[in-house]
Amino acid sequence: MSRSSTTAAVAAGGPEPSRDSGPSGRRGPRRPPRRRGRAPGEPHPSAAYLYIAPALIVYALFLLVPIGRSFMLSLYEWDGLTVGTWAGLDNYVEIATDPGLRAAFGHTAVLIVFYALIPVAVGMVLAAIVARARVRGMPFFRTAIFLPQVVALAVVAVTWRDIYASDGPINQVLRFVGLEELARAWLGDFALALPAVGLVGTWVNTGLCFVLFLAGTGKIPGELYQAVRVDGGGPIREFTTVTMPALRNEMVVALTLTVINALRTFDLVYLTTSGGPGNSTTVPAVEVFRQAFERGEVGSAAAVGITLTLIILALNLLISRIGTREAR
Amino acid sequence: MTDHPRATPRRPILGRAGRASAAGAAGLLALALAACTPGAGNDAGGGDASPAVDVNTDVASLGEVELTVWDQEVRGGQADQLEELNQAFEEAYPNVTINRVSRSTDDLRTTLRLALSGNEAPDVVQVSNGRPDMGSYVEAGLLRNLDPYAEAYGWAERFDASVLANASYTDDGATLGDGSVYGAAQMGEMVGVYYNRELLAELDLEAPTTWEEFDAAVVAAEEAGELPIQFGNLDQWPGIHMLGAAQSRYVDPETIRDLGYGRPGSSWATPENTQAAQALVDWAEDGYLTPDFNGVGSDPAWQAFGEGEGVFLIGGTWLLADLTDALGDSLGFTAFPGADGQTVVATGGTSLPFAIPQRSENADAAAAYIDFITSTDAMAVISEHGNLPVADVAAQEAEGAQREVFDTYDRLVSGGGMVPYLDYATPDSYDVITQQVQSLMGGEATPEEFLDALETEYQENVAQ
Repeated sequence: MSRSSTTAAVAAGGPEPSRDSGPSGRRGPRRPPRRRGRAPGEPHPSAAYLYIAPALIVYALFLLVPIGRSFMLSLYEWDGLTVGTWAGLDNYVEIATDPGLRAAFGHTAVLIVFYALIPVAVGMVLAAIVARARVRGMPFFRTAIFLPQVVALAVVAVTWRDIYASDGPINQVLRFVGLEELARAWLGDFALALPAVGLVGTWVNTGLCFVLFLAGTGKIPGELYQAVRVDGGGPIREFTTVTMPALRNEMVVALTLTVINALRTFDLVYLTTSGGPGNSTTVPAVEVFRQAFERGEVGSAAAVGITLTLIILALNLLISRIGTREAR
Repeated sequence: MTDHPRATPRRPILGRAGRASAAGAAGLLALALAACTPGAGNDAGGGDASPAVDVNTDVASLGEVELTVWDQEVRGGQADQLEELNQAFEEAYPNVTINRVSRSTDDLRTTLRLALSGNEAPDVVQVSNGRPDMGSYVEAGLLRNLDPYAEAYGWAERFDASVLANASYTDDGATLGDGSVYGAAQMGEMVGVYYNRELLAELDLEAPTTWEEFDAAVVAAEEAGELPIQFGNLDQWPGIHMLGAAQSRYVDPETIRDLGYGRPGSSWATPENTQAAQALVDWAEDGYLTPDFNGVGSDPAWQAFGEGEGVFLIGGTWLLADLTDALGDSLGFTAFPGADGQTVVATGGTSLPFAIPQRSENADAAAAYIDFITSTDAMAVISEHGNLPVADVAAQEAEGAQREVFDTYDRLVSGGGMVPYLDYATPDSYDVITQQVQSLMGGEATPEEFLDALETEYQENVAQ
């Protein structure tokens, strides 16, 4: 702790932090105070780094170095071929000011609703129902609902492109029930293309959430539900007081995974609409690809990538924070 | 396309492990930042006009040569013709062995950037003409200036000026269509109007020869309950061709060339371009196009045309083989005179030109190879395999729609009405134009807003 913060604490009238009483006090009186030297056979503290070194080196080489390199590239204007010119934070300023790029980040906010919030909500309700009812043929439903997770997203994209087509199944059903005026090419509609792509994400991610939650409900003791019933609570009461709190950890995991999915989504968008119509479905990952490989603006692409990484990191910290706070 | 980044689920980065690695990360970051400016070690030392020393056209005197060729001719007839020509080249010059590496267009495009700047560059590569590709390689000095070879082999006589212009750049890589030749192409390409002869006959109509007759046919088709123009724009790129077609009707070809090549003083904001944009809006609003065209893929669209749905289809010659298979003798192809009522104007160009990387050590053999596969004899081979040769078109034997394609191309080239793809001019223009055409035709943008968006991007990025 630095001196300035200590002074600040004193100035604020706070108690002077004591170095000695804190940790040893918490450890309890029965344990001997920590000696200066090491116990016989106790390794040097820095030996820990030796143990993690192999993993750390691989991690650093293939993740941290590329990230550092990307960050460096993001400070240049570089076409990938000629010598780059220093651009400072210009590429980041462009993200904040360019309406196209801002729109791309805005679209991910909508996608988070479809990729993360709806699947978590639907998955939880489904899991709660299934856990209560003990449905027959459970393995079948579990597999069926989880299946979208297993199918390659490229296949999912091509399939849904056909489903949304002018003469695809959705429109056929609409026409069959006499709702022709609702039938349209869903992916070609400026207002509906983004929700349409988002719904595919919902379809894909619901299975993941459902299976996660289902596993979680298995460890909830039945007595808790009985207790609610004894108190006169119905199924909804059971859900809010028992199931939901018990699944908090699963919810954090599910949200983390699905939010990441939403933010870095590329294949679904690229293969269904390639960002169109107009720019109504562009997302940052597609912009990264286009700028780096199609337009030769590597610096700007790196800046979008780094920004995306930071947003993912921040959102995940937030989600974990909420999860741990609720757990207390 | 084939890359689907779908990693296994990641754990949230948290806790003590996170702090420990953060320390490592900071150290590594400092290391990375200490590294030099990107691309600094990359300079091929080219860029300036290549020395014209020692052009050797005598392949037999070159000794044993292994020639590595990267091409993207992977589709049916295109792959066959190149295979046959490669074999003929090896027979003619037994001292040369061709090492052919063939990839799809997209794959070639994304790997080329690295390959050209690496130490073991191929000897011959097929490079897309546009500024983001060929232009940036020329700027970086990664491609060889072929002027000396063009002179030695007499390419100026073999090819129409527009063909060589399509692979010419100024030394700074900024202006397409001027400066030195950097590549030569085998095949021609153009966007024209396909029509269904049978449907026209049912409507008691002749095949149109002017835009006015086309208009009349479109109206008649609509009244008779047929779909006038088949169009699917979900994939975005067909919109550029639609715009090109409308533009060729109203705008003088030289003005379109200036615009497409990014020449100074060009502008999108002109009354003629407004007319072209309005024409697209009218087609869309009057119901002459496939319903919900912004949501229809390009493949389903031309396939539907092949099944007799739609009287016209505005599309490229790359569809010729597939559409001939589907429609047989019913298929027709044409292009119309532009604003002056005489010159046939259409978007077109060449297939991807073959170029020589600066770092190739076999430039003489590479140039001889390029000359060989674009020779008069080669043109006949190309035509035999059902493709559109870039030169000597009129001399080739063909019938039906292929004959019409050949004749139209010949008229286009000889009449000076070939105009380049509109997305050649600037790196961003492809994205901007495709998105904006969707907006324009989808009723989200007026012609003025549309041209305004194109103009803004254009003036920001075009060479000053």
